[in-house]
Amino acid sequence: MLTTHAASGVFSVTWLIIAIPLASAAVLILGGRRTDRWGHLLGVAAPLASFVLGLVEFATLVGKPEVERSIDNHVFGWTIVEGFHADIGLQVDALSISFVLLITGVGSLIHIYSIGYMAHDPKRRLFFGYFNLFVAAMLLLVLGDNYLALYIGWEGVGLASYLLIGFWSYKPSAATAAKKAFVVNRVGDFGLSVAIMVMFATFGTFSFTGVFSAVHGADPATLNAIGLLLLLGACGKSAQVPLQSWLLDAMEGPTPVSALIHAATMVTAGVYLVARSAPIFDLAPTAQLAVTVVGAVTLLFGAIIGCAKDDIKKALAASTMSQIGYMILAVGLGPAGYAFGIAHLLTHGFFKAGLFLGAGSVMHATKDEVDMRRFGGLAKPMPLTFATFGLAYLAIIGFPGLSGWFTKDAIIDAAYHKGGTSGFVLGSAALIGAGITAFYMSRVVFMTFLGRPRWEADVHPHESPKVMTWPMILLAVGSIGAGYVLMLGGRFANFLAPVVGHSEEPSVQPASTAGLVTLAAMVVGVGIAALMYLRRPVPAVAPAGSFATVAARRDLYGDAFNESVFMRPGQYLTRLLVFFDNRVVDGAVNGIAAFFGGFSGRLRYVQTGFVRSYALSMLGGVAILVAALLMVRG
Amino acid sequence: MPWLTVLGVIPLVGTAVIAALPRERPVWAKWTALATTVVVLALTCVIAARFDVHGPRFQFTEDVSWIPAFGIHYALGVDGVAVVLLLLTAVLWPVVILASWHECEQTRRSVKTYLGLFVSMETVLIGTFVSTDLFLFYALFETMLIPMYFIIGSSGTPRASYAAMKFLLYSLAGGLLMLAAVIALYVVGPKSFLYSDLQNLHLPTADARWLFLGFFAAFAVKAPLWPLHTWLPDAVAEGPVGGSVLLVGVLDKVGTFGFLRYCLGLFPEAAHWFTPVVLVLAVIAVLYGALQAIGQRDLLRLMAYVSVSHFGLITLGVFAFTSQGQAGATLYMVNHGFSTGALLLIIGFLIARRGTRGIHDFGGVQQVAPILAGVFLLASLSGLALPGLNTFVSEFLVLVGTFTRYEVAAGFATAGIILASIYMLVMYQRTMTGPVRPHVEHVRDLSLRERVVIAPMVAVIVALGFYPGPILDIIKPGVAATLQQTHDTDPQPAVQPAAVAPSGGSS
Repeated sequence: MLTTHAASGVFSVTWLIIAIPLASAAVLILGGRRTDRWGHLLGVAAPLASFVLGLVEFATLVGKPEVERSIDNHVFGWTIVEGFHADIGLQVDALSISFVLLITGVGSLIHIYSIGYMAHDPKRRLFFGYFNLFVAAMLLLVLGDNYLALYIGWEGVGLASYLLIGFWSYKPSAATAAKKAFVVNRVGDFGLSVAIMVMFATFGTFSFTGVFSAVHGADPATLNAIGLLLLLGACGKSAQVPLQSWLLDAMEGPTPVSALIHAATMVTAGVYLVARSAPIFDLAPTAQLAVTVVGAVTLLFGAIIGCAKDDIKKALAASTMSQIGYMILAVGLGPAGYAFGIAHLLTHGFFKAGLFLGAGSVMHATKDEVDMRRFGGLAKPMPLTFATFGLAYLAIIGFPGLSGWFTKDAIIDAAYHKGGTSGFVLGSAALIGAGITAFYMSRVVFMTFLGRPRWEADVHPHESPKVMTWPMILLAVGSIGAGYVLMLGGRFANFLAPVVGHSEEPSVQPASTAGLVTLAAMVVGVGIAALMYLRRPVPAVAPAGSFATVAARRDLYGDAFNESVFMRPGQYLTRLLVFFDNRVVDGAVNGIAAFFGGFSGRLRYVQTGFVRSYALSMLGGVAILVAALLMVRG
Repeated sequence: MPWLTVLGVIPLVGTAVIAALPRERPVWAKWTALATTVVVLALTCVIAARFDVHGPRFQFTEDVSWIPAFGIHYALGVDGVAVVLLLLTAVLWPVVILASWHECEQTRRSVKTYLGLFVSMETVLIGTFVSTDLFLFYALFETMLIPMYFIIGSSGTPRASYAAMKFLLYSLAGGLLMLAAVIALYVVGPKSFLYSDLQNLHLPTADARWLFLGFFAAFAVKAPLWPLHTWLPDAVAEGPVGGSVLLVGVLDKVGTFGFLRYCLGLFPEAAHWFTPVVLVLAVIAVLYGALQAIGQRDLLRLMAYVSVSHFGLITLGVFAFTSQGQAGATLYMVNHGFSTGALLLIIGFLIARRGTRGIHDFGGVQQVAPILAGVFLLASLSGLALPGLNTFVSEFLVLVGTFTRYEVAAGFATAGIILASIYMLVMYQRTMTGPVRPHVEHVRDLSLRERVVIAPMVAVIVALGFYPGPILDIIKPGVAATLQQTHDTDPQPAVQPAAVAPSGGSS
């Protein structure tokens, strides 16, 4: 059961993990141009320092007996109104430390990469300031020991995401995308805030230990409500259907942002939220089922969109949406899936960050071109990028032995093991998704790196500088090895067990039936892609395409739906209300006044001098009235 | 030392000095106004520091019989709620004077008249917050209209005169209803206007409800609550920006302060009886104000509707009858003053540069004036209640405090956070981002004076976001006293974590 231990030793400085990047962000954002020369170095040093601290804590934590692996570090008492204790405390346990290492580890690599990628941007130090702000907020999100601290981090990463998507906000498309991301996320935040309110009304607290120790006393309807509201929050942050529409637009941000925030870390916060709330979801079967449905729908939704995108970043973004769908599906399966969901989250952090950095490297080499129809044959001029991108590609499609194979197969297997119709449907969705993933990812690789070159004459692709390629190489190493480290012998599942509970299932055998079928689906996916994009030349202009292709290109009409159901009616409503306010509300009050005092007419034709005397006479009248009434009653 | 009397008299002295200054030396009037309000600020800080949160509810009390024939006293005193509103007043006044440094030369009034109106109004506002005699409060409540009326109309355009007139007539109509209630209370009550004598009156139920309505009407116009709000957009848009900051920042708070101090404190049974209606109006105000704000094309009108929405939240918190709700509402009164005040001030800077307040006349300001855009974004984020900034603490307390008793109302009001992100970020996007629009390329970044104006606002927005503790400590006893008056205790959680034995479950 969950017991936390007071912090001592290295754990008493856990707050530094957050404070270092936060302080760096403050210096870089407020420092102005004075920090231009060394700003990027500070910006890289901060997450690295946090990473080292996180590593030390991780090593110490692993050395402790299992029951003592949850350490609480109380920082300060926040707003305390009677009965409303919102202490800010940091909790280091297996789940949070895994995230800390992902955020600071992969984060540091992407920071280093950005030194090269953003080298020519006049506001590079501001970029690093926002990036550090993001790291700090994300660390608060995963380290907070209560839902309010989580919510503060949750909104903090939303802010950083807003600032970074809109980093080039002189482009109207970037400014619009940033706003859209924030607003859609706010719909999710609505769910999260109401969930916290229900918790407070039900349990009188929002601390993890307080809530989780009391869940057995709450009725299932309340727990289901909390679960569904948390799911709404998760849908917003993790771009799950129905709040998925912002993620593709978010690719307007610089590519390192897409890699760190919109692939490796922030968008996985929804998965963290569900896994962290395991004690609630385990007692809320309806909410749990909804989580799996959202995951399954989104993994297909994203995969289908990914098949039709010609913009390399958007294809990868659709893939992110789909992969997070896998994770959400996994954590919706309960104790059988938590460890797999988080493990896939970690391996995905490596290979998807690697893919995005590879895409950035390609853009860097081709004058910021993103249209894959204008790539082709880039393997030759950019061998390192091709190699690292290729390894990450093999990892994501689940090539045997690479990290994605371990974690994705485990999820598919766990879904089938759920049993019943729902288990079959969910497992099959995940299986089909794996096939589609193999197809669209192969399409990206074939169109970008293989085939005939289709780039313009004035483009001279070249390999990126070392400061960019080294992070890509390290991420590729992670894409290969992370699966072994985490999954063999159920190592990670055992590590996480104190937080999310043990699975009754023994660890998954890689050679199960489902595993073999998944492998077949992957081969089919790659094969079809090879037929379509390797055997035949890729046209420089996208063909018209079938109905399905057009639908996928248009994000399966997600935006069209939002526009016609929310935006347009909303615009009409506000216009109607503005008219209503000016004519009806204002008119009615003026009209009533006119009925009694006849001043409406005068209001329209006021003369300045007249107004003054009128006002004074009114005030005088009040004074006389006071006097008179008091005389009478005195 | 009669602290509160001294506090109230200082601006009067300042006004007298300004009046005596030669007309051809406007700078003297400016410095006198600034010095006066800074002294008030310093004294208010001393009072706040000396306020004993464990002491009696009302402190720094003074009580002199004024008109014995009618039992009218000159009685002053502050509770925690009044102290924080005094702090808000004391900070905003010098900030606005400094912000109006040039604006005050462009009205049809002389600089000294204009600034004299501002400074004298501070006395009246301090008076409304510190008076503990109902008659004194009423007199000051009405007096407040005079300087504000002239300030709104100071540009002299027909639209401004219309707006000023509208403000005056709405307020007078509300005030008259309150006057009737004050007199009626005197008639049925203990022939005293002292706040301490008017509590626990055991009035006949029907009487108390009518009296409640009289007070409520006046405060609902001032706050303003839907559907009595339509004077506010006109007043905010047509008046000078400095005046608008004080109007929505402080004057309107007298309405929500009045809800808490008088409507709840004097008529607890009636307040409970009317609560369903008030909650509905408050929720409508939250959502309606937000939707109106989204539909506006005028920066100042937009901010006025934002305020209507936020006043709805404050009202919601007051009428939730929970310590979180009311403490949150009081804190919100302070926070709204700073976040909306900061936004209005920056909009004022924009208007001064570009000569228009149409949202579509701006665009791309971020590129030519990055610091201005940066503080505008920060204030906007405060306005949409981003955690880490001041408004979040109060908004969350209000919503949580409301939810524990009125789930549905809180749920609807929480939807306002979505709309808030739309109106704030759309405003930011249209004015600050995108390509530089024509005539925007000459927009300068903030001058030194403007930075000095905005710095304290930004400091408070950030400081109260991270560490609202000291302010909440002052507010808490005042709110506790109100809840005692209304005989309310916080709802207890359905499941007590401590009561549940640690289950030996395996998960």
